[in-house]
Amino acid sequence: MEHTLHQERRDFLRKVSLSAGGMLLGFTLFEDLSAQTGKGHVIDGVHHDFNSYLSIAADGSITIASPNPELGQNIKTSFAMIVAEELDADWSRVTVVQAPLDTSKFDRQLTGGSGAVPHSWKRLRTAGATARQMLIAAAATTWNVPASACTAENGYVIHKASGKKSGYGDLVAIAAKLDVPTDVPLKNHKDFKLIGKPIRNVENKNIVVGKPMFGLDFYRDGMVYAVVQRPPAFGSKINTVNDKAARAVQGVVDVVRFGNNVAVIANSTWSAMKGRKALEITYSADKALESSSDHADIFSKLMDSANARMHRKDGDVNAAFKSASKVIKREYECPFVPHNPIEPMNFFADVHADKVELIGPTQTPGSARRAVSDLLKIPEKNITVDITRLGGGFGRRLKFDYVVEAAEISSIIKKPVKVIWTREDDMGGGSYRPAVRYRFEAALDANNNLTGYKLRGVGMNAGAPTRENNFPSGSIDNLLIESLDHNSPITTGAWRAPITNFLAYAEQAFLDEVAEAMGKDPVQMRLDLLQKARTNPAGPVRYDIDRMESGHQCLFFSCILCRPDL
Amino acid sequence: MPVYSLNINGKVQKVDVASDTPLLWVLRDNLRLLGTKFGCGVGSCGACTIHLNGNATRACLMTVSSIGTGKITTIEGLSAKGDHPLQLAWDEVDVPQCGYCQTGQIMTAAAFLKKNPKPTLEQVETAMNGNLCRCAAYHRIREAVLVASQKTK
Repeated sequence: MEHTLHQERRDFLRKVSLSAGGMLLGFTLFEDLSAQTGKGHVIDGVHHDFNSYLSIAADGSITIASPNPELGQNIKTSFAMIVAEELDADWSRVTVVQAPLDTSKFDRQLTGGSGAVPHSWKRLRTAGATARQMLIAAAATTWNVPASACTAENGYVIHKASGKKSGYGDLVAIAAKLDVPTDVPLKNHKDFKLIGKPIRNVENKNIVVGKPMFGLDFYRDGMVYAVVQRPPAFGSKINTVNDKAARAVQGVVDVVRFGNNVAVIANSTWSAMKGRKALEITYSADKALESSSDHADIFSKLMDSANARMHRKDGDVNAAFKSASKVIKREYECPFVPHNPIEPMNFFADVHADKVELIGPTQTPGSARRAVSDLLKIPEKNITVDITRLGGGFGRRLKFDYVVEAAEISSIIKKPVKVIWTREDDMGGGSYRPAVRYRFEAALDANNNLTGYKLRGVGMNAGAPTRENNFPSGSIDNLLIESLDHNSPITTGAWRAPITNFLAYAEQAFLDEVAEAMGKDPVQMRLDLLQKARTNPAGPVRYDIDRMESGHQCLFFSCILCRPDL
Repeated sequence: MPVYSLNINGKVQKVDVASDTPLLWVLRDNLRLLGTKFGCGVGSCGACTIHLNGNATRACLMTVSSIGTGKITTIEGLSAKGDHPLQLAWDEVDVPQCGYCQTGQIMTAAAFLKKNPKPTLEQVETAMNGNLCRCAAYHRIREAVLVASQKTK
């Protein structure tokens, strides 16, 4: 995804004077503030159309609304740090609240693709800097001194010449009466006090006492619980349903079928789980179902297929392998992998004839709302989404099948419902990282030079499972990279750094094997290849040689595993 | 349905549920003690760890009828003000990522430190082995248990 900052309007900051004497600056992240149809914020009984805000109360406490879903990537902490930095706030007085999904116009109120901070960076800084400038102006007016003679530090405005000092809380009532300045200067990076420092997760204290904040922690009086029996294999369809025993389970209030799913509705999670176990359902399939052994056969066939897609061809690979004195050939395979966020899938939905309320853990609240709107034919403006904290995402919650499921069940039973997946549902129901198999071949000449390199990647719903411009492309004269993909009914999706995640491991594991066969130190062998890519490249070189050389100590380890959002 | 009197966090609470209901769902659905988490339902992940008579136990595997007069402590009852040495250490070491598994981690660690107040790193690793963290914050979990053991007098 592109990390572009949208053109900002100068007047994007909106000022609100709080009845309790505080000041609030509302602003819109990711998109111009224009006529919006979303929920926005109700403050002092007045509806406002911004989707994020910074407020300073008369007691000096600062609240920042963070719009992006939080799943452990610490976006709530990062956003608050950015605002507090430019505001010169006392960090201990800053609290962060989750903003709801605001409008269909935002393309970035989601977590995925590593875009939240790049997209919001300047707006958050500008909001903080604007508030700081207004507080300084308020103090300067009060003290009858020039604003340029005042500074801000740790929640105070200070006039050094006279020794005067005022806390932000004492200044907001005056600041709130001032016009919002435009073209506010931002700090030089070298003056940052918070950004770049290790700052603890703002939710730590709530997490360690078990405060409810995750989707599964959401309860509303009168809601029912649903556990869904989905088809046991991808492609199977329901023949018959006998729900007599399920309905007899104490606490079960209803059993409903939708598509090839059967939902057991109960007045507790446990009753719903027990009810589901008592269902008797028979299935059939229109065509043969795929099994893991079928997948192995399919991969083997694709490996030998004459119809591969060619992604990159440098030099004459056939000649290099024909004249090779040694050929090294290895295969690497990774099966379908479930994401397994530790908080199982769940969502709350309350569907009425003309409006829908959705609450729960999702990485993509906007897409989820669109899908629910499409299904129920209820306009998006009548659908609200409140985002809870996510007990992990890893890409699984980029998909919103479980949100749509909750909405569909609520629309059928006409009750507020919380859908809960079990761990087994999550393991068996997809979506998975696509399965892949790679075959690498390397040709060495009589002098142990790496003269030829071939990679064929085959996948299940992987698109193109190879990356043609990864290292060592460009450093080997004769190189061929091709792929094939099989279209499987098994549901798949992004799983942290799609494709490159496992491919990086396979590429580097293979290069280690080649180094071993060459009798070379594995790091030195790579540095030699980089040198060749720099001085005498074969074809285009699309990776950053300087960066790889300078970081060669950790060059061959993927850092993506540290991030929970993809 | 039978009524069960449960001693939870020093308070007796009555619940009217089926006898095979796991304590996990009694805590969550009936008593709204939501710090005890559902992760797997089969005792494999540790997210639902509570104390039964001081021992770390998986609430998802314990039926309500098996508890009797046993004393249950959940994360909500671990300390009055969230200031158990482990809770303080968890913040100090900045352990949580998504945070979902952390209450279970802390409950396992709390029962362990009570029995072994000054453990070695290896003992900590063994004790915490059954609690999964999908974000893989394991190195900080280990560090925080050791930090807490130094705080405990």
